[in-house]
Amino acid sequence: MSFISVFDVLGPNMVGPSSSHTAGACAIAYLAQKMKSGNLKRVEFTLYGSFAKTYHGHGTDRALLGGIMGFTTDDIRIRDSQQIARERGLDFEFIVDTAESDVHPNTVDIRMISDDGSEMTVRGESLGGGKMRLTQIDHVSVDFTGEYNAVIVIQRDRPGVAAHITRVLSEHGVNIAFMRIFRESKGEKAYTIVESDNQLPEEIKNQLLNNPNVENVMIVHNQ
Amino acid sequence: MTDFKNASELLELCDRNQQTISRVMRQRECELGETGMEEIQSRMAQVLHIMKESASAPLKSPVKSMGGLIGGQAEKLDRLYGEGKSICGAALSTGIACAMAVLEVNASMGIIVAAPTAGSAGVVPGVLLSLQKHRRISDEKLIDGLFNAGAIGYLAMRNATVAGAVGGCQAEVGVAAAMAASAAVELMDGTPRQSLDAASTVLMNMLGLVCDPVGGLVEYPCQNRNASGVANALVAADIALSGIRQWIPFDEMLSAMYQVGRRIPYELRETALGGCAATAFGCGFCGKK
Repeated sequence: MSFISVFDVLGPNMVGPSSSHTAGACAIAYLAQKMKSGNLKRVEFTLYGSFAKTYHGHGTDRALLGGIMGFTTDDIRIRDSQQIARERGLDFEFIVDTAESDVHPNTVDIRMISDDGSEMTVRGESLGGGKMRLTQIDHVSVDFTGEYNAVIVIQRDRPGVAAHITRVLSEHGVNIAFMRIFRESKGEKAYTIVESDNQLPEEIKNQLLNNPNVENVMIVHNQ
Repeated sequence: MTDFKNASELLELCDRNQQTISRVMRQRECELGETGMEEIQSRMAQVLHIMKESASAPLKSPVKSMGGLIGGQAEKLDRLYGEGKSICGAALSTGIACAMAVLEVNASMGIIVAAPTAGSAGVVPGVLLSLQKHRRISDEKLIDGLFNAGAIGYLAMRNATVAGAVGGCQAEVGVAAAMAASAAVELMDGTPRQSLDAASTVLMNMLGLVCDPVGGLVEYPCQNRNASGVANALVAADIALSGIRQWIPFDEMLSAMYQVGRRIPYELRETALGGCAATAFGCGFCGKK
């Protein structure tokens, strides 16, 4: 059983009104923007389940937009996030999908487009009490909470990539807490998520990219 | 390592070292969370700061909630007490005004501390800040109270649930009130056993309470229920402090709460399909939206 901190009980410190529909939503978008390179130009949020039904009264829309701009759950600017986004020239849209029923009740898809034209879509679930996880990156199923420092490697599903990743990390003295590989299908695109208690130096990224089967690398710090 | 899986282990740790519940909980956080005592203390001071802000702001400047169902209740209660017309007495009057204030702040997208959830965030600050006001308790001692409350909430999260969608309101406001009662006992120099007895009493008295928010919003009856959580906490603390013992220990009561919660029908677990949400008013409100 993972450690339950006193600050999990008395916390999160958050903009209300709901730990799942407001704080959890903000946390999903906050994690999503940490994974996206470049400046965000446009973002689309597709809301499912209870999110789709009650998002307005819970400020889920404002929380998602605040999170995507890098606001944490206790940042009062969440209230005015729509206006702030407009001032920043960030284009946003909320899409309500009440037809899809085969999802966790509090699910959102976030499609992010940067000014360099690159795109990324993640799916997040708000699990209650402000806890959340990402369950898809670009339609590949994953399981990622952002609680640890993490390296996410986008790769071809070929032999030797995992060995390459662990070798680079070991050269930097990074201790691996968890390492999981998720793939679309055999030989296609795959994601390796490595989580660590250690700080992750940025130069890991270039070294990891120095392999023909590695397409991209994201380093996501937990703070 | 200082750790406990249930209330009886917590009590054993307190008894063995002649320590308060708050002290044991602090030590646990330090060791298992691998964080220094100073940082833990300052984080909890920040928790207290947010609680104070959210419990006092609406007394002066009321705000309307997002859903439009609440706003201004805390100010009214504060005025009633100020005019000497309250029949509750000092501790309870202040407690319910503070608790309802926090829910107003929460429902208008202000900053609160989930304790243990956003919907039950008023009870712990309501009880602690009322005791501070009327019993002249220092901030430092109040922070002890928060660690004590945290121990009870941790046990509920670990061994039962604090989610209304799983266990009803008894798991949210019920647990919040159990946390507050236990903390109040420690602040009034009661023993760890009396704290746990008070927490047990609250769960007993709030057993079966359903979660039925009108329109699915964290507003109504949530705000009223936070006030009733304060009352339950103070009643249970007084019972414990008088020396009355409880036959059912906290661990057993927590398990009973969990069992009852899982038998609460789906319609009465945060789905807005039953109870208050399904009254003529509740349905009408939803229809209008």
